[in-house]
Amino acid sequence: MHSYDVIIVGAGSTGVPTALACSREKLKTLVIDKRPSPGQGENKHAIGGIRATHSDPAKIIACHRSLEIFSTWKERYEEDIEWEKGGYVFPVFRRQEEKILKSFLPVQKKFGLNIDFVDARTIAKTVPGINRHGLLGGTLSPDDGSASPLLAINAFFRRARELGADFRFNTEVHTLLKSNGRVCGVKTTDGDFASGVVVDAAGASAADLTAATGCRLPVIPESHEAGITEPVQMFCPAMVVDLRPAPGSRNYYFYQNRHGQVVFCITPDPPLTGSDYRETSIFLPQVCRRMVDLVPRLQNLRVRRVWRGLYPMTSDGSPLMGWDRDVPGLLHVAGMCGQGFMLGPGLGEVVARMVTRSTTEQDRIILERFSPYRDLSCRMEALK
Amino acid sequence: MAQNRITRHPILDIAPGEEVAFSWNGRPLTGFAGEMIASALIANGIAVFGHHPKDHSPQGIFCANGQCAQCMVMADGLPVKSCMTPLAAGMRLESLDGLPKLPAADRVVQTADIPVIDIPVLIIGAGPAGLTAAIELGRQGVHTLLIDDKDRLGGKLVLQTHKFFGSVQDSYAGRRGFEIAALLAHEVRRHSSIEIWLDSTAVGVFADKIVGIVKDGGYRRVRPQKLLVATGAREKMLSFDGNTLPGVYGAGAFQTLVNRDRVKSASRVLIVGGGNVGLIAGYHAIQAGIAVVALIEALPQIGGYRVHADKLRRLGVPIYTGHTILAAHGKDRVASATIARLDKNWHAIAGTEKTWAVDTVLVAVGLAEVNEFIFKARQFGMHVFAAGDAREIAEASAAMFTGRIAGLKIAKALGMHAKDIPQEWIDKAQVLKSRPGRTQAAAPPAAEEGVFPVFHCTQEVPCNPCTSVCPIGAIHTEGDTITGIPYREEDKDCSGCLNCVAICPGLAITLVDYRRDPEHPTVTLPWEIRREALEVGRSIAVTDPAGTALGHFPVLRVRTKKDYPHTLLVQVRMPKELAKAAAGIRMPATAADALEIYQREAAANTAVVCRCERITAGEIRDAIRSGVRDMNQLKALTRAGMGACGSKTCRPLIWRIFQEEGVDLGSVTDRVDRPLFVEVPMGYFAGIRKGGRHA
Repeated sequence: MHSYDVIIVGAGSTGVPTALACSREKLKTLVIDKRPSPGQGENKHAIGGIRATHSDPAKIIACHRSLEIFSTWKERYEEDIEWEKGGYVFPVFRRQEEKILKSFLPVQKKFGLNIDFVDARTIAKTVPGINRHGLLGGTLSPDDGSASPLLAINAFFRRARELGADFRFNTEVHTLLKSNGRVCGVKTTDGDFASGVVVDAAGASAADLTAATGCRLPVIPESHEAGITEPVQMFCPAMVVDLRPAPGSRNYYFYQNRHGQVVFCITPDPPLTGSDYRETSIFLPQVCRRMVDLVPRLQNLRVRRVWRGLYPMTSDGSPLMGWDRDVPGLLHVAGMCGQGFMLGPGLGEVVARMVTRSTTEQDRIILERFSPYRDLSCRMEALK
Repeated sequence: MAQNRITRHPILDIAPGEEVAFSWNGRPLTGFAGEMIASALIANGIAVFGHHPKDHSPQGIFCANGQCAQCMVMADGLPVKSCMTPLAAGMRLESLDGLPKLPAADRVVQTADIPVIDIPVLIIGAGPAGLTAAIELGRQGVHTLLIDDKDRLGGKLVLQTHKFFGSVQDSYAGRRGFEIAALLAHEVRRHSSIEIWLDSTAVGVFADKIVGIVKDGGYRRVRPQKLLVATGAREKMLSFDGNTLPGVYGAGAFQTLVNRDRVKSASRVLIVGGGNVGLIAGYHAIQAGIAVVALIEALPQIGGYRVHADKLRRLGVPIYTGHTILAAHGKDRVASATIARLDKNWHAIAGTEKTWAVDTVLVAVGLAEVNEFIFKARQFGMHVFAAGDAREIAEASAAMFTGRIAGLKIAKALGMHAKDIPQEWIDKAQVLKSRPGRTQAAAPPAAEEGVFPVFHCTQEVPCNPCTSVCPIGAIHTEGDTITGIPYREEDKDCSGCLNCVAICPGLAITLVDYRRDPEHPTVTLPWEIRREALEVGRSIAVTDPAGTALGHFPVLRVRTKKDYPHTLLVQVRMPKELAKAAAGIRMPATAADALEIYQREAAANTAVVCRCERITAGEIRDAIRSGVRDMNQLKALTRAGMGACGSKTCRPLIWRIFQEEGVDLGSVTDRVDRPLFVEVPMGYFAGIRKGGRHA
């Protein structure tokens, strides 16, 4: 039986950068995925936004590190993952959002985030053509940005392989192998593989994997739809997040990628729980109406394609990360709540340090906030 | 100003359009109101419509069908598909060089929800299948919405200027495609339960069983109980060096430009592909006054009907089987093209190259079903039917049957007391899509007296109008099947009425009349090209069926039959030993000499596979060699298939590269397709009704 230091289940937004981080730590690493190539789960459905602009210190810390990895990738490896430092803008039209966003600023600044609440004129400069009726201002975090999830995961994949990580695709994990109650490997459609550490990074399928071990991970997938337009000359590289609710939806967000294409997504209300990938006719009229109301010039921009992806949700909007208390050797990195792409590289390094028992002070903040055994009855993280 | 327009045509009646002024990059020009912008530009000699943002390569017309996005231009400040957008007076057109700029239209606009329209039946596509299905549903009084993305009914029938095969009773054999379109359109409009939306493009099928449609500058959501997909076919492409130069496009696109829009988009063409589409396009080219330097086919024999090939051969077009195209050359547009012979392993043989000066390469290497709507509708559990080419690529005559069958099936599924689907229809749909069968050269009649037809129709194809129009019932087909080879009952006396000569879609029947002069019988030959060369008394070159010259013989008379006014019946006086061999007339010198300008470079990897994103065969090959076996990963890495067209063109080419690389195709994961199938402005979805723009 092949033997590894770490087996990672899931070659997605979390699993692949985790494999890269583990390989860097000289851990003999295997990644197993039921799909045919890296990123074929939710990674390819992500629209590519990367921000440290959160209200939770753990997310701020993890994404700070992710931003560092994404933004320096090209100079380090001469490989373009289409990183753009476009920034994030949360325009505000109502006092209630102004109050909430301003209340986060002290924590955000404490953890080193470059963010400010700016006036309407500055927002209008960042979002050309924005409907200024009722615009009060908003937050601007210029160091956030975007990258191509497709290119990034393939870049991480290539680099991890160069460092010795093995990948097995089209391979399904049936169950965890245990010895004396401890994890000792996995049983797959392609044979058994031995390891004292199994990382559950199966994204939207994480609950299925752990169900086989008898533990119920409280991760419930929700469907979100996204779309992309034709390319046009650059006019708004910033990710614009409109937090206002409307009938049928909560927030929505969009930015212009490196190619000049506007990528957009909306949060349905009530949420669409389940694993339904099928596109509906509701999405485009719903999101386009809101986008054109906000930025009228978008009316002439042509939509090219739409798709649906899953947000593996937890009840409070934060990931579940930590060693399983009942199954020693099983490490959960699940429930990314739609933020796997931006959290993955940062959290992947935390996983590597957990395996090598070298976690830092900051890691401990993350592990405390993201503990699978925390009180999950808290309300949703505000900038989820 | 002289324009590249077809002003005289042996088949089409050309009515001049209403002239309007427009500008192209600031230059004042004129075109016809309502014609497609692409055609107006081509009429003005403009072939390059813009330059690609990635590598500045010149872009021009490609699909002429609203499916790709190669023909984009800026119209009054907004990017549009020039092949789908009508020209209006005063339009300010500009080439689309690089990325367009989104206009700063910042005035707040009124947005609205898009309501859902419920309807019993929706038919996407008003070609031969969609029209015949709608007629059946109309007969049952079923409320049906029939939509088409073009400005008229008929689909690709409107491009077809040749006489159709099949049978007179069932599929209008002997009528021309555009005439059939008019007949079907007239019939469908008689039924009050059929609602017709033209200029209406279906852009997606959704899981809530709704079809998204773009119409009149707005978006509609239609929820049908039954959906019929009759979306036809799209043309397949080839990858070769220079394959994206303006001037390389499909034979169907060519027919659209020439036969529908009546613009002379080419002056000399090379045709790649010897199926019926390529053969017919060659014939259409010559009818439009466009020279065909050659037609090539990779297989050892042509795939289309022999009569179509013979028509071209008689007109002096060389047909090279076992040849492929190596490259199209030119800076901004095609200036020449090179072919070479293939060995038995499909490799070009060095030293066999031939290069011609041409301005256009027509690619006719097959059709692919437009089936994305069917797949999605099935995936979403809709009650969906398919007919015509969308179901299976075949002749339009077969599509008229699969359409009728689908129409009846839908009526029955809706609980109408429609008749059972006649077995005969199912059989006919089957037989009409038959590929050409065996070829058997029949000995000509032995007689050298009286008058009788000679059949140069020696291949089994589904066609028998000659048997229907003989007033004495003397013409039959072998075995009385529609695919049988025709013969005449010799004991019935032919009256010499010429009906069979006039109706034959293959122009493969002549009449030999010995009654006036047994030594020099009068031979009647069908002719559908320029009339002016046929003055009475003048000698013309007569050929055998395959185009071998028999000599020059004087024209005695040129006549037509009332029902077939565009088929000239040319009577020549010939010696009796040649009379039965005569089959056609050769046009004065059309064969072109090959050039000696070509240096072969081994650079097939530079051929573009994904036109939208400009991804080459080499880039695809490198990814495959690095181990990629998932088309989705290939897309993620290279962007192939991410463009406007959604891999309509590159997907089959990419499969082929996998094959060339020796990859077991069973190990390759196909890509996931998603709507939209055509790009749509956000304002349409936002419900803005005024000040809309073209899709």
